[in-house]
Amino acid sequence: MNAVIEEHHDHDHKPGGIGRWLFSTNHKDIGSMYLWFAFLMFFIGGSLALLIRAELFQPGLQIVEPDFFNQLTTLHGLIMVFGVIMPAFVGLANWQLPMMIGAPDMALPRMNNWSFWLLPGAFGMLLASLVMSIMGMGSAPNFGWTFYAPLSTTYGPSSTDFFIFSVHLMGISSVMGAINVIATIMNMRAPGMNYMKMPIFVWTWFITAYLLIAVMPVLAGAVTMMLTDRHFGTSFFNAAGGGDPVMFQHIFWFFGHPEVYIMILPAFGIISQIVPTFSRKPLFGYSSMVYATASIAFLSFIVWAHHMFTTGMPVAGELFFMYSTMLIAVPTGVKVFNWVSTMWKGSLTFETPMLFAIAFIFLFTMGGFTGLMLCIVPADFQYHDTYFVVAHFHYVLVTGAAFSIMAAVYYWLPKWTGHMYDEKLGKLHFWLTCISSNVLFFPMHFIGLAGMPRRIPDYALQFTEFNQIATIGAFVFGFSQLIFLYLIIKCVRGGEKATSEVWEGAQGLEFELPSPAPFHSYTTPPEVK
Amino acid sequence: MRAVSRPLGLACLLLVSNPLYADYQLNLEPGVTSFSQGAYNIHTIVMWICVIIGIVVYGAMTYSILKHRKSKHPNPAKFDDNTTVEILWTVIPVLILIGMAVPATKVLLAMEDTSNSDMSIKVTGYQWKWHYDYVGEDVGFFSNLSTPKSQIDNAEAKGEHYLLEVDNRIVIPTNKKVRFLFTSNDVIHAWWVPAFGVKKDAIPGFINESWANVSEPGIYRGQCAELCGANHGFMPIVVEAMDEPDYLAWLDSKKAEKAAATASADKTWTMDELMSQGESTYNTNCAACHMVGGEGLPGAFPGLKGSAIATGDINKHIEVVLQGVAGTGMQAFGPQLNDADLAAIITYERNAWGNNTGDMVQPSDIKAARK
Amino acid sequence: MTAQSESNIRNPDNRPSKNRPVIRKLLGLVLLMFGFGYALVPLYDVFCDVTGLNGKTGERIDLPVAGTIDEKRLVRVVFLASLNEAMPWEFKPQQSFIEVHPGKPTTVNYIAKNISDKDITGQAVPSVAPGLAAAYFQKTECFCFTQQALEPGEEKIMPVTFIVDTQLPANMNELYLSYTFFTSQLNNKDSSQSIALSLHNQDQKL
Repeated sequence: MNAVIEEHHDHDHKPGGIGRWLFSTNHKDIGSMYLWFAFLMFFIGGSLALLIRAELFQPGLQIVEPDFFNQLTTLHGLIMVFGVIMPAFVGLANWQLPMMIGAPDMALPRMNNWSFWLLPGAFGMLLASLVMSIMGMGSAPNFGWTFYAPLSTTYGPSSTDFFIFSVHLMGISSVMGAINVIATIMNMRAPGMNYMKMPIFVWTWFITAYLLIAVMPVLAGAVTMMLTDRHFGTSFFNAAGGGDPVMFQHIFWFFGHPEVYIMILPAFGIISQIVPTFSRKPLFGYSSMVYATASIAFLSFIVWAHHMFTTGMPVAGELFFMYSTMLIAVPTGVKVFNWVSTMWKGSLTFETPMLFAIAFIFLFTMGGFTGLMLCIVPADFQYHDTYFVVAHFHYVLVTGAAFSIMAAVYYWLPKWTGHMYDEKLGKLHFWLTCISSNVLFFPMHFIGLAGMPRRIPDYALQFTEFNQIATIGAFVFGFSQLIFLYLIIKCVRGGEKATSEVWEGAQGLEFELPSPAPFHSYTTPPEVK
Repeated sequence: MRAVSRPLGLACLLLVSNPLYADYQLNLEPGVTSFSQGAYNIHTIVMWICVIIGIVVYGAMTYSILKHRKSKHPNPAKFDDNTTVEILWTVIPVLILIGMAVPATKVLLAMEDTSNSDMSIKVTGYQWKWHYDYVGEDVGFFSNLSTPKSQIDNAEAKGEHYLLEVDNRIVIPTNKKVRFLFTSNDVIHAWWVPAFGVKKDAIPGFINESWANVSEPGIYRGQCAELCGANHGFMPIVVEAMDEPDYLAWLDSKKAEKAAATASADKTWTMDELMSQGESTYNTNCAACHMVGGEGLPGAFPGLKGSAIATGDINKHIEVVLQGVAGTGMQAFGPQLNDADLAAIITYERNAWGNNTGDMVQPSDIKAARK
Repeated sequence: MTAQSESNIRNPDNRPSKNRPVIRKLLGLVLLMFGFGYALVPLYDVFCDVTGLNGKTGERIDLPVAGTIDEKRLVRVVFLASLNEAMPWEFKPQQSFIEVHPGKPTTVNYIAKNISDKDITGQAVPSVAPGLAAAYFQKTECFCFTQQALEPGEEKIMPVTFIVDTQLPANMNELYLSYTFFTSQLNNKDSSQSIALSLHNQDQKL
């Protein structure tokens, strides 16, 4: 309890006004900004999704024109990947990492500020292109979030260059954030906290940060090559000049595949924090969890071409990427088994964070199964670019990553605000979200297998019924998130006082701090047992 | 028990795999080629393995949720590792994966049959249609979506093959190895016929190849499977597989058609013939951008109604249509359409929508302009 | 903060920051990976050359002084011709296929005609299928090695001299050689195509 007593000296007063936020160097404030930003983007990206699903409710074009539909799907993907999932995880890292390792703040607090403020700029630009498109000034990016050449290079609209600039800004933000995370974890752990004593969430972010540093620059390279192909006479992706459109896909997916692991490893960390708490039992197999995470990260570099099985790759290549992708199932399976074993013979209670965590394990595993099916090359010839793939990645990203973020918010909200959230509302939010997301995404497996391609605004009649079911699920899912918004605001403003421990049996340095955690915490390092 | 569970299991299997449930189709179709059947088989194997693993894992979780809840199990155990079990559940999945990889590899290698084909068709993806070129036969044609825009715009009831019907089907003989060569005229497209198990990217500047040996005559429908711009969802594929004598007869008729088109290029057409042919050909090839009513899309595609080109110098009009306009979306239609179609389209454009120039363009004029 | 920013409650002994070396190394890694992204470009070609993947047939080779010719084997080479986009030429092979003995240099012709009324320079891009056969297909002379200029109405015969390597795997007896002619000035599609593809308010129902 030393940490608490010494807090008084370190002024718990916060700076005031808008300056508090614009110039913040406080990991808690910056964490909050990231989380609110991600939440706002979630509603924006989600609205685009509702437009998409509304158009797809029935065959025929009712609401939007095909090119605008392509803009919607493109922006939806970009916003969700770069504007929701990634910033939310960075927000959680900001809030939690220093507290979990007994550090007073991130290693580089000013760079932390800049990492955040780049994002509203980047997304302002991207969303501006959508607004300008609606006003009739030219298409927003309409080539899919994967922006393959030459559709995006030779045939891209003028907004493509703004898209490229946005991606550069987002990349710089992510890389700076990753450097900060690594420096913090390496240099600022409290004495006694050696690497194999760190909470698992810290480990997963540590590894994620290395992945970010390794692959975001490759994305930067890819979009720079796009820029020079478009305007400076290069021919990276243009066959006329000796280039190759397929090379774009190699470079993109070399980034793209580790990117999806960047979007799931922190989720694994969160689940590994929550399940032990509500099982009242330590995490099963801590070291295996660390090694499994590291293996997944390593393997993520050698599987990229499983996104490219129909490009005309020779058999040897197809076989290599099939085998390497299958291998990832092993450490991922180990993690799932370890979570179940943590629950096994524990003493389980089912507060909202645990509900989301259990749903994660069930549903992310579903996405894992379809991932395994997808990597089987001859079968992939039938699945590729269909709704089967759309179902797969929405299971791992929505009922996977997004659920883990919701779980984390519920888990740590009392620590951040000092109040317990309304558990009844939380459970309502959970059940509505869980059921509606399955109503939304499960039928997509069927229409994919039945032959419906992705990224089409209109479809043949036999796909109607499942599309209608999905759209209904989408609207329930979307509007249910308003409950979450209401609940969070209500909790910030008041509620039952939260204890230090918050949850019975919760372990970790953050649960030795008072709730709400003081503006500056652990200015002197805690004792680590 | 077995007497019941066997047929029950079979019934369940049939239920999920029966393609007759077209409107609520749950599963892949086995299809009509070795590719599609291979894909279907390995898909089924892997899917059932996943189902079994799922039952085990979800079963354990459900059990734990029910039996180890605090109210029923107030004293949590303390164990947090077990090396034996961890080794087991690392090794066993590897073995299961090998068990999947072996048949998957077999199926893939069987597709790598480089033996000589009986015939080849070059498939070229365009924004937004396909072109089929029968190698060595001098038969080539475009295949456009034939669903009327009125159906897409919900002004008319949708036909049975809504969005999966074309003006010219690609026709192949059954029981022959047909090689497909894929390339693209502009961006990356992908040619996919689910019943054949064939999906391949069509990449500008490169050729990809695949093949199919179709056992059953029939009509097989597919779609473009790579985002290629606005009308990616509107460029379907319809393949008709016929027994060889019928295929050869069709091939002859296509050659005759082409000869007739060339011949008709020498005859003199009447205004009615030009306008009638012109209207349908315009709607198929030009209306996607210039619109059925000729009004275009301001700022995007110029309107032709009352436009300078469609009512001005006839030779300039012909030039624009034949050669396209570099740096814009206006393609060169000279290489794509024959003289008669081009003459008809230009005549139609010059006289429809109140343009009324009274000009007639004959196929022979087009032929002369090509020199 | 004060000039003695190191000396504060968090660092009373004024130790140098442990962060600098970490940041330096990580920034170095960032630059390395950015460079790696660009390095993937030549690496890709090297990989394709070494493994023969991707159907690239490679550069010009010189005629072997004394090559062995496999008289016992016949390989069919089928010729395909494509035009990219708005390329206003006609382009076709003189014959649709030929059967050759591996090892024997063979010359075939393509015919290209400029049917527009402007001078147009084109660049032909070759591609071979099956992709694995590309490593066994060598060209000693090809119109694809240089840009080709045609005046309005001009028609030109364009020869290709090639050799199918005797090492071509025994189960591969049918190759496809395809050329796609592009206009050689890279169009900047940006200004007009973007307008062409963008939607304006008229038909957009929102």
